[in-house]
Amino acid sequence: MNTKIFTRIKKLAGGMLFGAILLTTLGLLLPTTVSAQKKMIQIKGSDTMVNLVQILAEEYMSKKPGTAIAVLGGGSGTGITALINGTCDVANHSREWKDRELDLAYEKGVRPRIFAIAVDALSIIVNDKNAVETLTMEQVGAIFRGEIKNWKAVGGPEMKISLYGRQSNSGTYAFLQEHVLNNKNYSPDVKEMNGNAQIIEAVTQDAAGIGYVGVGYLYDKKGEVRKGIKVLKIKKDENAPAYSPLDKEAVYSARYAISRPLYQSTNGKPSPAVADFIRFVLSPEGQSIVEKEGFFKVGKDLMEQNEKNLR
Amino acid sequence: MTSVKKKGILGDIKESLIKTLFQTSGMLAIIALMGIFALLLYTSVPAFKEIRLKEFLTSTRWDPTSPEKPEYGILAMIASSIMVTTGALLIAFPLGVAVAAYLSDLASPRVREILKPVIELLAAIPSVVVGFIGITITGPLISTIFKLNHGLTALNGSILLAIMALPTIISISEDSLRAVPLSYTEASLALGANRWQTLIRVKIPAAISGIVASLMLGLGRAVGETMTVLMATGNARAFPRGFLQSVRTLTATIAIELGEVPYYTTHYYALFALGLVLFILAFSVNLTADIILEKQRTKLQ
Repeated sequence: MNTKIFTRIKKLAGGMLFGAILLTTLGLLLPTTVSAQKKMIQIKGSDTMVNLVQILAEEYMSKKPGTAIAVLGGGSGTGITALINGTCDVANHSREWKDRELDLAYEKGVRPRIFAIAVDALSIIVNDKNAVETLTMEQVGAIFRGEIKNWKAVGGPEMKISLYGRQSNSGTYAFLQEHVLNNKNYSPDVKEMNGNAQIIEAVTQDAAGIGYVGVGYLYDKKGEVRKGIKVLKIKKDENAPAYSPLDKEAVYSARYAISRPLYQSTNGKPSPAVADFIRFVLSPEGQSIVEKEGFFKVGKDLMEQNEKNLR
Repeated sequence: MTSVKKKGILGDIKESLIKTLFQTSGMLAIIALMGIFALLLYTSVPAFKEIRLKEFLTSTRWDPTSPEKPEYGILAMIASSIMVTTGALLIAFPLGVAVAAYLSDLASPRVREILKPVIELLAAIPSVVVGFIGITITGPLISTIFKLNHGLTALNGSILLAIMALPTIISISEDSLRAVPLSYTEASLALGANRWQTLIRVKIPAAISGIVASLMLGLGRAVGETMTVLMATGNARAFPRGFLQSVRTLTATIAIELGEVPYYTTHYYALFALGLVLFILAFSVNLTADIILEKQRTKLQ
């Protein structure tokens, strides 16, 4: 009886040892064989940008099969941290670098070069049963700071406002905090969701909900605005006219108040493979994909800056 | 069974080699545990250069990336963690012990043979899947039942963690109920007690330390669970004011923030301090469970 068990254990241990050796050898072999054939580009960062960059990468890879591009999300902060720590080639970020991050980068010998690859209109969404149509920038800030607690105060129904937002590693979180909340704290009652899609899902179910998402996430596969949500029009101040982020003209002309460039950063001058990918993204073809995904093209000034950074 | 086959010098060497191998593997667990503890301690100490220990333990505001003033109070998160876990055990414990009693006393061997493996399979569901169920099924259910705007609440987390803790509680409770010597049951029945009385007054008291240990192990599982609570409880930072509020636990905070934090900053060290608090919490729970289990083992011998 005992010996039987012992043989079983021995066999099991032997099997596990063999498996471990096999895995290690595979692990050692794989990266070398892959990199010998293909140029690898690791891209990491903004959750707002991950779908867009994924599609751009797929399109690029179908043209240039010699390059393999991996796109990961995780948030702008995650991407920038990864670039500083040398664990990715390109960081996607939907906010600018913080001074602290720049200091850290320079300390470690990382010299970021920043490219604006698209423009996003940050959209404020509510449930489609909500009567509210427009808010001013100040009201949006006050709602997310937790100063306005009831929809009644902004012309809606008598209902406690239920806040949805992103987590602090999100560029969207940081952008809204800086530009709309005027660098004040978020209300501690904001429910922090994992990504844009989760916020949309939550606001669809919550009649009192309000959330913020990148404009690209507003559309479904058919290119129509998703059901169950309403995209609010935003006024710069009480007397200004209200504009919707769905109105392309308003975003191009910067009349829609909460728009921002979306960036990619590299460490120093991009390597030939990375530079070629970024050129593709900035080309008219790449920019038309940007538009198709619901974001906006990069303007002339930013484009000139990009050209300089590529050289 | 004793083998008298000569193995020679080679066999001796082989034997001692195998012995050392197994000994080191045994020690490895201890080394890993000590190593993790030392690392957590070493990495969390620098946090207290800038954070006052009193603020860390008693403030309810956690906002390390605040542009106004970074705040590092963990009380709200500890309360949330304790609340979600306690809620989970309030649901899982009575249910688990009832199922264990059914399996050990009432179920026919055939039913037990099917039911027990199935219950143990519950433990094999990945936590991400449980979290997904929380978002799509139990969350909306809670919001309908309690007429809330959303179901991402502490209660949601508790229900899901209860599901995850059930296999541990059922399995160990059932084992310890069955370990109660048959003579106890026979004596009780012979004295005229019915089966219910025997179960409640004889078997459960006799197995109580095993049942309590199952509770503690379930607790250990629940307190460290991350993905499920991260997905299902809404992660609002405010101090929890009830089971129908969104809460943010210690584990969720670490999972959310460690990915983005710049290395070697106060925020980074503070997250390790959170990890240390969590480690101490889970460690003491598991240690208590072990001590209780050991007590039962000696008692029944």
